[in-house]
Amino acid sequence: MLSPNRRNGSWVILLSFVVALLLTGLALPDWAAHWRPAWVAMTLAYWCLALPERVGIGAAWLLGLILDAHTGALLGQNALSLSALAYLALRMNRQIRVFPLLQQSLCIALCLLALQGFALWTNHLAGTPPQHWTFWMPAVTSALAWPLLFAVLRAARRKYRVA
Amino acid sequence: MFRDTLSVGAKLVIFAAASVALMAADHRGRLEAPRIAISSLAHPLHFVASLPVAWFHQASAALAAREQLLEENERLRRERLFLNARAQRFAALQEENRRLKNLLESSTDILEGQVLMAELVQVNLQPFRQQILINKGRRDEVFKGQPVVDADGVMGQVTQVGLFSSTVLLLTDPAHSIPVQIDRNGLRSIAVGAGRDNALLLDYLSANADVKEGDLIVSSGLGGRFPPGYPVGVVTQVAHALGEPFSEVSVAPRARFGRSREVLLLWPDAEQRGQSAAGG
Repeated sequence: MLSPNRRNGSWVILLSFVVALLLTGLALPDWAAHWRPAWVAMTLAYWCLALPERVGIGAAWLLGLILDAHTGALLGQNALSLSALAYLALRMNRQIRVFPLLQQSLCIALCLLALQGFALWTNHLAGTPPQHWTFWMPAVTSALAWPLLFAVLRAARRKYRVA
Repeated sequence: MFRDTLSVGAKLVIFAAASVALMAADHRGRLEAPRIAISSLAHPLHFVASLPVAWFHQASAALAAREQLLEENERLRRERLFLNARAQRFAALQEENRRLKNLLESSTDILEGQVLMAELVQVNLQPFRQQILINKGRRDEVFKGQPVVDADGVMGQVTQVGLFSSTVLLLTDPAHSIPVQIDRNGLRSIAVGAGRDNALLLDYLSANADVKEGDLIVSSGLGGRFPPGYPVGVVTQVAHALGEPFSEVSVAPRARFGRSREVLLLWPDAEQRGQSAAGG
């Protein structure tokens, strides 16, 4: 394990996840809820890219379990997809970090589309297929929201020297 | 140690396998205890996430004009008088019904049972599922499969119980079915959620079945989960596709999903409440 003096500002990471979970639960009208960006997945992707040695697959899995409980999903559904997202972010870390922001957004959108496709499959297995094309929209809105989230989290990371 | 020795790919395989095992177990309903623990952990998150909407409701109540409140008060007073008058007759009718049932030696009885009011927690759960969160849980002896109604009709049933809150699956969810009958002629069917447009579909009604638009659909009580006689919805459309053995019947639910902020939990069997506390 890493020595404690190198693990600076854990509370910033935790707080960002809590805020992402709150944004996920915030009550919106039905039509708007379908367009809600995947805040938790994006926050996870940011920390996996910025601090791959601190936020990894184990953290992603735990976060996914909490998200499952939070949204009333089948236990393990989000845990699996967030672990997969963390894996992608860790493996492509070097490439994605040097991408310009626009290209990063595109990358995030592609990853989330893949995860949505996977969620579609598990929902079909569980007998509750979504019945509207807006099912795919979180990937698009997430890509639009990524530059904002990136800027906010980077500012927080620099200000509080999270390392 | 763990994170240094295992490659990223190996860790993914381990955690993915754990997730799949969890999903399979949860789908079969084998995870009652961990579910309760983990959804109790999510309770503070739900509470904080529901605050903005709660504040909004409070603020709009505080800002409501005095005349508006007086008017509402007056309306509620009238409604109460009306309902009280109906309830008086209801007691007499119930007594008469019981006597007649005794004469017929029929064992079916619309049980009174117990009710408890619960409030909706204003949060969004999974998109594309018709679920709500209510602020009563295991602490209040809520049990899995418990019927939930509002002032106008059946809403759904409890699917997950936490310590302080529970998830209710609504009638309109595609995974929900409720045994029903047509109030007019007692014809039985099963109402399945359409998952969209606030609608239910009636299954297993043959093409020549006696069902019309405007028919009231009530719970039949078969299956023992929902008590009989609660209104479920009103038939809005009957379609016969040529050559199909069954007709397609759409039903608009009576319960006001999304508009009522309070719901009622039913204990159809009054004694059940004590038992569920004792035995779980």
